[in-house]
Amino acid sequence: MSSEMNSSSTSYEKPLSPHLGIYGWPLNMAMSILHRATGVALSIGLIALTWLLVAAASGPEKYDQFMEYATHPIGQLFLFGWTVALYFHLFSGVRHLVWDTGKLFNLRNAKIGGIAVLLATVIFTALTWWPKLEGWLS
Amino acid sequence: MKMKWEKTDKKSDMARATGLGSAGDGTHHWMAQRVSAIALVPLVFWALWSVVNLVGADHAAFTEWLSAPINAILMILFIVTTFYHAVLGNQVVIEDYVHCECLKIAKLIGQKLFFAALGVACAFSILQIAL
Ligand code: HEM
Repeated sequence: MSSEMNSSSTSYEKPLSPHLGIYGWPLNMAMSILHRATGVALSIGLIALTWLLVAAASGPEKYDQFMEYATHPIGQLFLFGWTVALYFHLFSGVRHLVWDTGKLFNLRNAKIGGIAVLLATVIFTALTWWPKLEGWLS
Repeated sequence: MKMKWEKTDKKSDMARATGLGSAGDGTHHWMAQRVSAIALVPLVFWALWSVVNLVGADHAAFTEWLSAPINAILMILFIVTTFYHAVLGNQVVIEDYVHCECLKIAKLIGQKLFFAALGVACAFSILQIAL
């Protein structure tokens, strides 16, 4: 069967879906890719969490060394990025769970939901970092 | 590595095709990803708030915080659920993007072992601090 199919399939042009290059960056596409990207990024961030816990269990010296990195501006930037990614993935994940029940799964609600996810991400990141921000400012 | 479905002179098409259906655990994988996601919602709020506010705390303060049973228990729950969820999630990403079969299998196994090792290191460290 396969040999006949292989030979006949080359004899006519199969329809192809449009290539990725022709799409713009509509909200829903960006949200979908970001959910995956944040999922992978968060997984990599788990290495740092493991490092923290193992360092803390290994005693003050190792712990202090970790904190030196973590409180460095670059370390803080990573931590900030991880919290943004986690809040985004969380709210976006909740939206996935709602969709899984079959609710709100249409274009209009997807757009409203996408904006809501982005807003919630910004608000919760700000709330989480507020005490730190205040400390830095004062 | 020659895969089962690759053409060779000696194999019939039937031999190449049989046994390659779904592994039969897709529904379980899907469900486990959702259940771990639901459990993670409250755990993540707790973990993010705690960790951000603990950055900069000295060793004594951090270990005292983690020694409180409520924090140790929540941290272990967070670790177990997160690593389980991450392994399930990264499996799908690898299945989608890695097409070279033997590389795919190596990565699938590798990421499972990697995250399992990290998870055990986390859990052990928490227990060592808390007990
Ligand atoms: C540190 C914590 C987390 C990590 C490392 C993580 C990691 C991942 C990864 C790698 C994926 C696969 C992405 C994909 O298939 O496109 C994923 C999917 C998913 N995550 Fe998370 N995640 C975390 C927290 C959460 C939380 C808090 C929720 C809350 C609802 C959540 C909900 C979901 C859902 C629903 C999916 C499936 C999405 C789909 O089918 O496309 N995750 N996660």
